[in-house]
Amino acid sequence: MRDWAEFSVQEQEDGSTRMVLSGPLLVSTAGTLDKALRGWEGRIDEVDISECSSMDTVGAWTVWRFATEAQADITGASGEAEHLIDAVRSSASMADISPPAIPILQFLPQAVGQTMYIWRDGMFHSVGFLGSIIAATGRLLIRPSRWRTSSLMRQFELVGVDSLGIIGLMSFLIGIVIAQQGAVQLRQFGAEIYTINLTGRLALRELGVLMTAIMVAGRSGSAFAAQIGTMKLTEEVDAMRTIGVSPVEALILPRIMATILLMPLLGFYSAVMAIIGGAFIADLTLGIPFLTFLSRIQEVVPLHDLWVGLVKALVFGLIVGLAGTYQGMQVQGNSEEVGLRTTKAVVQGIFMVIVLDAFFAVFFTEIGWG
Amino acid sequence: MSDPDAPPEATHYEPKVIRREDRRARVKSEEHDQIEYPIVVEGLVNQFGDFVVHEDLSLKVRRGEILGVVGGSGTGKSVLMRSIIGLQRPTAGQIEVFGRSIDDPGDDSEVDIRSRWGVLFQGGALFSTLTVGENVEVPLREFYPEIDEEFRHEIARFKVGLTGLPEETVAKYPSELSGGMRKRAALARSLALDPELLFLDEPTAGLDPIGAAAQDRLTRELTDILGLTVFLITHDLDTLYEICDRVAVIADKHVIAVGTIEELLATDHPWIQEYFNGPRGRAVRDNRDRTKAVDKSQDGKA
Repeated sequence: MRDWAEFSVQEQEDGSTRMVLSGPLLVSTAGTLDKALRGWEGRIDEVDISECSSMDTVGAWTVWRFATEAQADITGASGEAEHLIDAVRSSASMADISPPAIPILQFLPQAVGQTMYIWRDGMFHSVGFLGSIIAATGRLLIRPSRWRTSSLMRQFELVGVDSLGIIGLMSFLIGIVIAQQGAVQLRQFGAEIYTINLTGRLALRELGVLMTAIMVAGRSGSAFAAQIGTMKLTEEVDAMRTIGVSPVEALILPRIMATILLMPLLGFYSAVMAIIGGAFIADLTLGIPFLTFLSRIQEVVPLHDLWVGLVKALVFGLIVGLAGTYQGMQVQGNSEEVGLRTTKAVVQGIFMVIVLDAFFAVFFTEIGWG
Repeated sequence: MSDPDAPPEATHYEPKVIRREDRRARVKSEEHDQIEYPIVVEGLVNQFGDFVVHEDLSLKVRRGEILGVVGGSGTGKSVLMRSIIGLQRPTAGQIEVFGRSIDDPGDDSEVDIRSRWGVLFQGGALFSTLTVGENVEVPLREFYPEIDEEFRHEIARFKVGLTGLPEETVAKYPSELSGGMRKRAALARSLALDPELLFLDEPTAGLDPIGAAAQDRLTRELTDILGLTVFLITHDLDTLYEICDRVAVIADKHVIAVGTIEELLATDHPWIQEYFNGPRGRAVRDNRDRTKAVDKSQDGKA
């Protein structure tokens, strides 16, 4: 149990009142005393602290604040106590702990205005970012020896090889779901055999690439933003610039190239895994032999479905890579920003991918690749 | 008694502090008085994989002293501090803080050992999403929830003031401060609970000479006012000469010597000799000798 600091009030013979504080006057014991003293109404001429067994700066502050407010003198101070009271007295201030809160009527237009400015700056920045990437790509095309092959290979490994397991498993399961659910619906028309068309075309044209893009945005887009963001905070990016290494060439291009080049491969791999998943479930539940399913795929899926998927994959890779690296480069200030920017990278990446997917669906149908 | 730094409310009334000579109230409570060595390290071994940082390291820190800890880079000064405050589990050995083993969970009635020390990390380690004032309030909130909001704000303000920062710093975020101000703000947070024990990891590193001297003076002043025991890791020879009561030297994986600088100079360990008698060490000492000589007017060294 803690001993709390206590107080008592005495009437003096000469009519003045004296408050006697007793017990330890420490940060751990002054909380309740302060509560009692803060609401004090009566008149006090003298605060006697000679009964206090110990004191620290918080205790000294409590005494001094109360004495100031009650316009009382402090008596019975030991040398140390006097020292402490002196120290807190000279460092007292009335400054706000947090930046002042802004009233809502002022805050609302201010927030709207700031958002507008942020959007405007964001537009400038993203155009500038895109420009610097195009410029850097141009430089690298003129002088291919400047390609950072090792860092590109490293990104290939991180974006591609390391994600084979999870993308393969995900796609296999999606293939199972499409085939199984498709078969349930198509059975009503006696058209179970079209399960093969459904699985093959959906996987190659839509889901393989789309799900892969979402997975890459979640895995690699976020990693890009967090890595580059942390490097910005620790001034590594600035250090690169001063040494004469372009961060765009060293950090951004390898990552964007990795997503652009690997997305088609991963998307195709994902489609193949989905078809295998479909064939697997068809063999088990629909009585369509595994190899028959696969050879039928060749007959029912038009070749342009593959092209549609691959073209989309290239573009999605670019989007995911751009979103991740752009947000990473925008990090400023503190570590919280890294988290915010990483979230933004993933959300923007996935959102843009889905918007573009809708656009591509209409576009390819219009040009006759329906 | 007029104080130019006093807040506006004090203009109404400035209480007189009347000192009573016949009686001495103790600043420290009795329980704490009995412990002569707040930190006792015995036979400490720290090992990362095959790399042995400490081997049979022993060190005692006296109550009320500023102990400077020096050693070459990579000799494990910070690791020693992290071991003492329980952030690093030692491979072997015994560490007692306030007479209690750092591993000992203790029972709930005991005062949490962490409320009795303050730690200043090398980089400050202020919480970046909180203002300086809010940073100081974090330990208060954590350990003493009974303290009212207003009282807590007042404490945060005067703690920041104690470290010599201007009052408007309280509402600023760490990213808006310079390196030296951040160090002071971090010091304010480490002093939030009026600790008896203060760990400082290179408090003057990265400060300009004026800032470093001010930081040294501040450490000494606070130690004297608050009766602190300070465990101070430093590379700064000025700090060692200026404010440290004793200096512990870490080399060859353990503490090779502890004592005042004069005592250390009397040993013939090559590292100590090189450290204090190297060009920088000599420069600091000569400078001090010169200052003393001027002070004593021609009464200085031969």
